[in-house]
Amino acid sequence: MSQTQVQETEKPQFYLKEEHHPEHSTMLGFWLYLMSDCLIFAVLFATHGVVGRNYAAGPAPADLFDLNLIAINTAMLLFSSITYGFAMLQMERNAKMETLFWLGVTGVFGAIFLTLELYEFYHLIHEGAGPTRSAFLSSFFTLVGTHGLHVTFGIIWLITLMVQVSKHGLNPENRRRLMCLSMFWHFLDVIWIGVFSFVYLLGVLG
Amino acid sequence: MSSQHPGHESAFEPHHAHSHPGDAAGHGSFKSYMTGFILSVILTAIPFWLVMSGVLDSKLLTAVLVMGIGVVQIVVHVIYFLHMNARSEGGWTLMALIFTIIIVGIALAGSLWVMHHLNTNMMPMTHEMMKNMP
Repeated sequence: MSQTQVQETEKPQFYLKEEHHPEHSTMLGFWLYLMSDCLIFAVLFATHGVVGRNYAAGPAPADLFDLNLIAINTAMLLFSSITYGFAMLQMERNAKMETLFWLGVTGVFGAIFLTLELYEFYHLIHEGAGPTRSAFLSSFFTLVGTHGLHVTFGIIWLITLMVQVSKHGLNPENRRRLMCLSMFWHFLDVIWIGVFSFVYLLGVLG
Repeated sequence: MSSQHPGHESAFEPHHAHSHPGDAAGHGSFKSYMTGFILSVILTAIPFWLVMSGVLDSKLLTAVLVMGIGVVQIVVHVIYFLHMNARSEGGWTLMALIFTIIIVGIALAGSLWVMHHLNTNMMPMTHEMMKNMP
């Protein structure tokens, strides 16, 4: 009995040996980054919720926002989400040219979204409703501008990956990067749902 | 004592088996993407239509519907586009998501609640509040 006990204590097992999956820890890490990004947007949404009605005797959302433009903008982002999904499906089929094609379509939709948003910003500032006009407009420009900045960097990332894929093909590294960008892109669409519901629609509703 | 050893080993066996099926995270099918897309289009069109046509007389009801449909659409996106499920990454992505939702809820509800009370207690009164004075 004592013999076996000694043998047992010779090799104590304090931890569980498990295989690590480096490629998957990247996805989990990127997901955690997205969650922290989510907190940034939550704070901006909270700020807009608090000061979003302080117009300083200036223009209110109903005077400023053109919901037709916002609807087109929303459609652009939604289309870019589904086309990115098609790109991912083509990537799984190992079809390089088709993947590049759908990535390109996604980029075009993203660029149209960004152009329309910049046009709206230019229009607002031109009308004298810039970020310095009232607390409402300050928080509006910060929140929507931060989202627009994310889309901008998403497009830069997209173009970079398109160059990478066309040069090196759909190797494991590029697949991992495309999956990260996929999460990022769909995440931006999720944030935009909050923006058009909370900022534009509820704003115009008054 | 020695008979306990094999029992020990087999207790860890299902753990190893579990670490592999969760690999399928981040993959969708054409069908699931289209389902998500069609649901999103419907869930986007309804709130825009509600606000732009003003079919409902009650602004409060419209606001509640817009926010409610927005939440449903976010869930649709997370499931069909971000492929969130309880199995991906051994459940850690879902854990992180739940944690984030709790923090976001506290930050949003807390800010609005505290600042609303500050508003009602400390700000100069508006014309509407004057009228509603007892």
